[in-house]
Amino acid sequence: MKANGNTDILLAGVGGQGIVLASGILANICLAAGYDVKQSEVHGMAQRGGSVTSHVRFGEKVNSPTIAQGEADYMLGFELLESLRWTDFLAQDGIAIVNTQKIDPITVSSGAMEYPDDLQERIQARCNQPVLMDAFTIAQEAGSARAVNMALLGGLSKHLDFPLEVWEKGIRNRVPPKTFDANWTAFSAGRKL
Amino acid sequence: MKTILSGNGAVARGVYEAGVEVAAAYPGTPSTEILEEIAANYSEIYAEWSVNEKVAFEVAFGASLGGKRALATMKHVGVNVAADALMTAAYTGVNGGMVLVSADDPGMHSSQNEQDNRYFARMAKIPMLEPSDSQESKDFAAFGFELSERFDTPVMLRMTTRICHGRSIVELGERKAGPELTYKKNPQKYVMIPAYARMRHEFVEKRRLELETFAEEFPGNRIEMGDPSIGIISSGVAYQYAREAFPEVSFLKLGFSNPLPLKLIREFAGKVEKLYVVEELEPFIEEQLRAVGLEVHGKDLLPRTGELSPEIIRQSLGKGNGKPAATDLGDLPRRPPVLCPGCPHRGLFHALKKARATVTGDIGCYTLSALPPLEMMDTCVCMGASIGVAQGLVRTIGGRQKDRIVAVLGDSTFIHSGIPSLVNAVYNKANITVVIADNRTTAMTGQQENPGTGQTLQGETVPELDFEGLSRSIGVTHVTTVDPLEVEACEKVIREALAHSGPSVVVARRACIFVDRDQWAAPLDVDSAACDNCKRCIRIGCPAISMDDVSAHVDQHLCLGCELCADICPQDAFIIPGVKENA
Repeated sequence: MKANGNTDILLAGVGGQGIVLASGILANICLAAGYDVKQSEVHGMAQRGGSVTSHVRFGEKVNSPTIAQGEADYMLGFELLESLRWTDFLAQDGIAIVNTQKIDPITVSSGAMEYPDDLQERIQARCNQPVLMDAFTIAQEAGSARAVNMALLGGLSKHLDFPLEVWEKGIRNRVPPKTFDANWTAFSAGRKL
Repeated sequence: MKTILSGNGAVARGVYEAGVEVAAAYPGTPSTEILEEIAANYSEIYAEWSVNEKVAFEVAFGASLGGKRALATMKHVGVNVAADALMTAAYTGVNGGMVLVSADDPGMHSSQNEQDNRYFARMAKIPMLEPSDSQESKDFAAFGFELSERFDTPVMLRMTTRICHGRSIVELGERKAGPELTYKKNPQKYVMIPAYARMRHEFVEKRRLELETFAEEFPGNRIEMGDPSIGIISSGVAYQYAREAFPEVSFLKLGFSNPLPLKLIREFAGKVEKLYVVEELEPFIEEQLRAVGLEVHGKDLLPRTGELSPEIIRQSLGKGNGKPAATDLGDLPRRPPVLCPGCPHRGLFHALKKARATVTGDIGCYTLSALPPLEMMDTCVCMGASIGVAQGLVRTIGGRQKDRIVAVLGDSTFIHSGIPSLVNAVYNKANITVVIADNRTTAMTGQQENPGTGQTLQGETVPELDFEGLSRSIGVTHVTTVDPLEVEACEKVIREALAHSGPSVVVARRACIFVDRDQWAAPLDVDSAACDNCKRCIRIGCPAISMDDVSAHVDQHLCLGCELCADICPQDAFIIPGVKENA
């Protein structure tokens, strides 16, 4: 048990991957469950393919809107490079749930640098038994390539003590009605891993 | 009812509940969503995008004179623009309550500096409220209007990025009407000619003393006693970080931080053994405490740059948890933001590069062109600066570049503060080219309306500002318009503008991809046999294009089919769907 007694979840990935939506759904579920909750993300640049992180913290009383380094109980890594970049935030016994998708940053696509080929191994070495999933394929098979965030939330949902109905309602409230089925299928597939 | 709101959403709600009738702003991260939330949810309030922060402030001030509660919001650097009005409105005071939101950006997530606007409140001698979460953002926003009316002063609500964009739980209330006030002609109060302004300055000093008394009794300034060996004075988000870092110690939390409650601070200092001030950026509170002889630690330990965090506070105060600082992950590729696929700015900068222009830049998405691989913007200072800087530079730069000085700024930025500078260029015969990158929106802050778009914040259709006509009317004789994604035409227009002696204007007009989605087309592909890896397409910095040893590739999920790459490819290696190969 950490000193602050809260559950801290870091979401890290690339602008456009649905990190802000996933954080919003998660925060609302925490509120519905009667917890104090804070969520903090930095946007403004998000739309333009930059690195994006969002912090969600819940518990009896939450002070800081951001998670301290080394104190995240969970990290949802939306992309391999971004996942490795933020591993310092994970607590020693924290759980990383990582999408194995690779998205080239402009520093790579422009040829200035190479996308490292050992990221999966380095994440495995730095995190205590990370859950690796191909969330992009899961999302495509579920019917929407944009449902990567739901697959990862599904992976997280196994570890949190919220009933499945609460997740379903939380997602239904926030996604367009015609995309709910695809989102829910991706969530359920992520939850099974 | 309880809900989760961002700090900005909570300010909008607080303003609504306080019976505000007018809200004005110029968009600026991290403040933008306050007016967007008001426009989306609270139709009882008249809300407008003003052309700049000074005008926004003046609109709110005028509404206050009319007897209604009024709000102006802006980012920290926007207050620089509004400061002229603010400093004297501090003398005149208000009629209906008036609140100015200053949204500061420690850490510069989306800003050109990280100035600490708490000094503006002190300089203007107006009261300042600093919320620490969304509930306080709502409560303080609403309370600000009462405070404003009671002390006859504009009130600053000082937020920071983590408060603006952080979400937390808020208890909602009902809307209540403000007090019944009407417009009253009162030249001695509102006409600041020297004779009257002298009297008002006396009033300001009297008000300052009354505010000092008020600060002592404001319930948002409170002592939270814990372990008395350490006492921490803090405000805003820094309070939350410090609380997280030191849950057991004693706190004096300040919600009202100008003027400071010095009696309360002395009382607190007397109860604790060692006194610290934990504040982001400047030693605003600390220096005032030192000035009255209190022994206090602050910036001798804590950084003056960037955001604070619980671990920075712990380590600065010598109570680190022993965990190592950030691990060296080696040379990981960075992921900077980039111009979007299909962005019309990319075509403009390609043409400017071909023309070997020296570009003075401005504030907007197009500032991203300063980064590799485009590297086509040499300056970025403040809103509208591109045109003024170009006029100085052209008088001192030597060699060929003397005829290749181009100021680039967006439609909204031009309207914000570029127009007087363009008049100056005509008046003083500056040999520069001004490119108005008119993407039909205020894009950087998330596609807001502006006079060029012909739409208002609350959805009214109005005449579109005529950039070409405006330029001609102030005396620019060489004015041309081009679609920046028409490669040859754009290059030609830039060439001709540079060849023109005296000021010239190019309106590079094409809508932002988020404004006009009709222009989204099927992704291109690459004929890898035709591609000879010349990398010309790579140098335009499109995130959809990459290259391996064989050929260029187009990411089928990212490409929006703008065809810029196809137009510049010497080998015609790009395949445009629906167009026959090598047709």
